[in-house]
Amino acid sequence: MNITRQEVEEFLYHEAELLDEWKMQEWADLFAKEGTYVIPPIGSPNADFKTALFLVHDDRARLEQRALRLLKKEAHVEFPHSKTTHNVSNVRIVSNEDGVVTVKANFVTYRAKRDFLDTYVGVNEYQLVQEEGELKILAKKVILNLEALRPQGKVSILL
Amino acid sequence: MGKYVREDKEKLSFKVNRQAFVSPEILETERDAIFSKCWLYIGHESELPNKGDFHRRKVGGRNLIFTRSQDGVIRAFYNSCPHRGALVTRENCGNSKVFRCFYHAWSFNNQGELVGMPDKAGFPNDHNCDGAKNLATVKRLENYRGFMFVNFDDNAVSLEEYLGNATEYLDLVADQAYAAEDPTLGMEVLTDPQQYSVRANWKLLGENSVDLYHGVPTHKTYFDIVATRGGTMEKDSLVGEGKDLGGGHAVMEYYSAWPRPVGKWIEGYGEEAKEVIEKNIERLEAKFGKERAHRIAKKNRNIWIFPNLIINDIMAITIRTFYPIEPGYIEVTGYALAPKAEGENFRQVRNDSFLEFLGPSGFATPDDNEALELCQEGFLNAKEVGWNDISKGMNREVPQATDEAQMRAFWRRWNELMLAEEAKREGKEAEGVNA
Repeated sequence: MNITRQEVEEFLYHEAELLDEWKMQEWADLFAKEGTYVIPPIGSPNADFKTALFLVHDDRARLEQRALRLLKKEAHVEFPHSKTTHNVSNVRIVSNEDGVVTVKANFVTYRAKRDFLDTYVGVNEYQLVQEEGELKILAKKVILNLEALRPQGKVSILL
Repeated sequence: MGKYVREDKEKLSFKVNRQAFVSPEILETERDAIFSKCWLYIGHESELPNKGDFHRRKVGGRNLIFTRSQDGVIRAFYNSCPHRGALVTRENCGNSKVFRCFYHAWSFNNQGELVGMPDKAGFPNDHNCDGAKNLATVKRLENYRGFMFVNFDDNAVSLEEYLGNATEYLDLVADQAYAAEDPTLGMEVLTDPQQYSVRANWKLLGENSVDLYHGVPTHKTYFDIVATRGGTMEKDSLVGEGKDLGGGHAVMEYYSAWPRPVGKWIEGYGEEAKEVIEKNIERLEAKFGKERAHRIAKKNRNIWIFPNLIINDIMAITIRTFYPIEPGYIEVTGYALAPKAEGENFRQVRNDSFLEFLGPSGFATPDDNEALELCQEGFLNAKEVGWNDISKGMNREVPQATDEAQMRAFWRRWNELMLAEEAKREGKEAEGVNA
């Protein structure tokens, strides 16, 4: 695929903006038809889903349900919506072959709700493809560089 | 009138003082009365398949090493060097014949014996003849069907006696090994437990874990999503019993709209899983007969083992334990349990079923934790609005799963232990005054 790092960065900044503006359907639409969204266990980024307890392991249908759930008033943990700030940096193209671009990007995401500001840090690994002339996410893996989900307690937002 | 718990059987009223959730003094008393006296879950035997396997575990506020020693015996050691106190093992888990404290390089074999130290000549020859310089062992470590517990009270009753009527329900979970092709492999805990926290009192998480009354209002979004996969509400959904098992333990047992990997298929699991589940049920029926097989396969169980162990056998099996760092902040560890012999494809179906509801990024658990945090926030008004009402179902002969008998079971035992501890302390103080 013919793509520059700057184009990848623009795509990732666009994704971050959609999330911070709670445009959840638009975020889900960034994913390819077979797209996946995964958060492996903290400390085991290459864990096997059959033997390890993940945090998130969504196929295309479930990631869209996850995104749209957040817009409902009954998704109590995110009502009223928390304020999030997704920062993306250190973007690098790891490989570009057979129509799949593999990208790594560091992230720092802040979530403010009631009296607390929680911080999530880590690396997002993307596989990007062209689908019907548009850049789409075939796979997004969120590697949390934490020791535990403490004191955040949860990943109720999209990272 | 009780200062913490007020039960009025005539007026059918059960109240709990909200100070129990916010007072630092009450938490200090709990550390002695409860977390130093009760059996506390440390882990599952399947987490230590090989000699030398170890996990660093925090249990009841202590730092422990949970390991299978070279002689094959599972032990728990206090993770603290007998020399000057440093944490000996820093890795979260691994396999090792030797635990070595880096500070002064004292080394211990995985049976806890001191086997090496620099400049031995600086100590008398018989310096460890009484074993005082070995890693200290937690004297009470007992196993019930793979579930392993420690007790820091050397004089505690046996684990089985402590569990009492709750063993019936632990059996219904452990017996799910017989659903798989080779039941001799037993049940196993998946690797990488979920380590998270909640900004709420520890007892709130216990209550919430055996509370079916909140199911529909709190988890509407989950029910909506499961319905899209064929898990629709039926007449018997959420129908069942809530039980006080004695000893502070409690359970609710009921039917659900959601699926169960062991024995309740929905369309969203896929056709391949349908065959697996049919076979699961056949095997359970062959082993236990129709009635017990039906109970294992179709009914859900939320089990609260006093004080801080939850085993929820629902759309997957989770083991959850938690400990208070502060009155309003707890550390939680969540595990997944499954039959070891289960096929790989089906295991993925099970794990998807788990993650859809459970864990800190499921479609339900975060909403639970939000509810607990809002309770904790609401307790800021404890001086003016001082009591929780836990009386639902007291007017019924047989409490339903959606009633609150489960919580009352916990609170009665909690109250007993706390008042006994306070009486003991007051006695000691009085003695001090007289002397």
